[in-house]
Amino acid sequence: MDNKQLFLGDEAIAQAALDAGLSGVYAYPGTPSTEITEYIQSHTRPEEKIHSRWCTNEKTAMEAALGMSYAGKRALVCMKHVGMNVAADCFVNSAITGVNGGLVVVAADDPSMHSSQDEQDSRFYGDFALLPMMEPSSQQEAYDMVRHAYDFSEQMGEPVLLRITTRLAHSRSGVTPQAGRRSQNEVSVPADERQFVLLPALARKRYALLIEKQAELLRASEESPYNIYTDGPDKRKGIVAFGIGYNYVMENFLEGCPYPVLKIGQYPMPEEKLKKIFAECEEVLVVEEGQPFAERLLRGYLGSGDGQKVRGRLDGTLPRTGELTPDSVGRALGREHKPAYSVPSLVEMRPPALCDGCGHRDMYTILTEVLRNEYPAARVFGDIGCYTLGAGAPFYAINSCVDMGASITMAKGAADAGLYPAVSVIGDSTFTHSGITGLLDCVNENTDMTIIISDNETTAMTGGQDSAGTGRLESICRGIGVAPEHIRVVVPLKKNYEEMRTILREELDYHGLSVIIPRRECVQTLKRKKNKKQ
Amino acid sequence: MKKDILLSGVGGQGILSIATVIGEAALKSGLYMKQAEVHGMSQRGGDVQSTLRLSDAPISSDLIPLGCCDLIISMEPMEGLRYLPYLNPEGWLVTNDTPFVNIPRYPEQSALEAEINRLPHRVMLNIEAVARELGSVRAANMVLLGATIPFLGLAYDTMREAVSDIFRRKGDEIVELNLKALAAGKEIAETNL
Repeated sequence: MDNKQLFLGDEAIAQAALDAGLSGVYAYPGTPSTEITEYIQSHTRPEEKIHSRWCTNEKTAMEAALGMSYAGKRALVCMKHVGMNVAADCFVNSAITGVNGGLVVVAADDPSMHSSQDEQDSRFYGDFALLPMMEPSSQQEAYDMVRHAYDFSEQMGEPVLLRITTRLAHSRSGVTPQAGRRSQNEVSVPADERQFVLLPALARKRYALLIEKQAELLRASEESPYNIYTDGPDKRKGIVAFGIGYNYVMENFLEGCPYPVLKIGQYPMPEEKLKKIFAECEEVLVVEEGQPFAERLLRGYLGSGDGQKVRGRLDGTLPRTGELTPDSVGRALGREHKPAYSVPSLVEMRPPALCDGCGHRDMYTILTEVLRNEYPAARVFGDIGCYTLGAGAPFYAINSCVDMGASITMAKGAADAGLYPAVSVIGDSTFTHSGITGLLDCVNENTDMTIIISDNETTAMTGGQDSAGTGRLESICRGIGVAPEHIRVVVPLKKNYEEMRTILREELDYHGLSVIIPRRECVQTLKRKKNKKQ
Repeated sequence: MKKDILLSGVGGQGILSIATVIGEAALKSGLYMKQAEVHGMSQRGGDVQSTLRLSDAPISSDLIPLGCCDLIISMEPMEGLRYLPYLNPEGWLVTNDTPFVNIPRYPEQSALEAEINRLPHRVMLNIEAVARELGSVRAANMVLLGATIPFLGLAYDTMREAVSDIFRRKGDEIVELNLKALAAGKEIAETNL
């Protein structure tokens, strides 16, 4: 066990990228992907010149990484699954441009929505963009795949999508890194000067090339060491298991699996191996984490022919939603563990809540008090971050939470419709991520609405990463064109409650665009700083 | 050797520091290990858990199946009970006895204790009180960890080494304090048996 190190899945990916000669990671924090970038930040020295500063959002991250790849160097982009929606424009088109330096995109999906608003499956994006994908089943495999993915990306001239899920990202296990760290690439521009110019006439040619590459990608999948067929004597059932789904299958057969198992970790799915398991087995259980991406394809829309053999999430053999567990997979295989104890009835739910002393608490205390007593018709459009917890007890303060930045633009649409007062609550990091462009729409029409940028000077929910606009929120708002007299800054503390009430009333009564910025540092960040000093 | 361990508590109580020491000791013992942690939203004062699987053979699942857990280590009495469906009939619950009350309908402490005492294999102790007597409540986690030593399947000396390694950066005094806390917890559990 020499050289074995204990790594989170995220850390294994980061270490592998560094060992593969990475020149830059580009990312916006998002659970469960954050620790990849944090690891690179804390394990590189300035003289190595490896870029690792946080980006404003996933789109800027994806584009900057593609730019680094254009310049010949190896780049990594990391995001949570919903970040893929933000990066999608560039991601999908990066398949058409192709790459120069190796480019790996990590999408960290969150089935069961531990820390997310949906459980979308990023494999649909990879398939949609016609890009090769890898999905590890263990931390060691995550390491090995990333090392391989950089070579494969440069060999194929395409980005590679690495798809992971929460359980792999945030689980720790022993990993043996490969010997021989690659050096970084030198700067070099693409031989074809027009490779990245996606004018229609040129894009059509690049697209045809991408289609042509599909056969080669499929061949690579057929030969991939991550797509392994293991025979079994009992052909009444076959199992196709993707990523960590494989682990839950094997957990139920500690003495060895009697059924043929096709373990898949590289996409496009290996056609020959799938044909083999369908030919040999009476029925085929598809075990995949996330949405029934492969199951739907294998079943076929009408479920005819071999599609009738498919068992999985769509026919109720496995739960339709949520993260797989050894128990849900066990039930699907007829091997259930029975619990000896149940949860005593006195055990109560303990939902997450805003921290004691948090500035968002003071903001919500005054906001809900004033709105309930004086503006009962008001509606509050919320956003993504710690302050989303204002939806719960004791505040019940927000009426929407949809996507990064939507508080501003949804409040605008509601105001356009005649809703008054329309209030938006957004955090500082979410504001710079996706709120600024929406604010410009509001400025252009001087929309009758009040935006509260609850500024704790950090990206708090994901653990206190730097926030792109810290110290510059007023100047950003002024620069975009918000009237300076309607940009109001206040310190959210009990002693300032009267001032907070007054500002809020004044800006709600003003029939135009206002921005209120309650600003006080996150108590967790403050505590960490103090601990560091000790 | 195979041990499935579940750690529970409230976000911010520091269950991961216990997991780190066990992980270090497992690695020193040449065991395979998988440890699933919870990051993100639930860390904000919600219920949190981490599973730790140790074995001398490779481990498949990061998660522990229902009814298979050998040991629940809980920083908080109600949180220990939340995961009972994972405990095997011979498994142990080792828990702090002091409630962390941040919800309106928290159960009566006496009712909680009665529920815990119904379990055939449990150790309940006031880790803060023990740690305070030793010099600092900051060592409370190590008191709790100490109380699991009879059930962990890892050598006490290896656990001591792991504690020393992990706290070394903070100086000899902190190492000593945490070793004492570990010993105190172990003694309480052993007298309980």
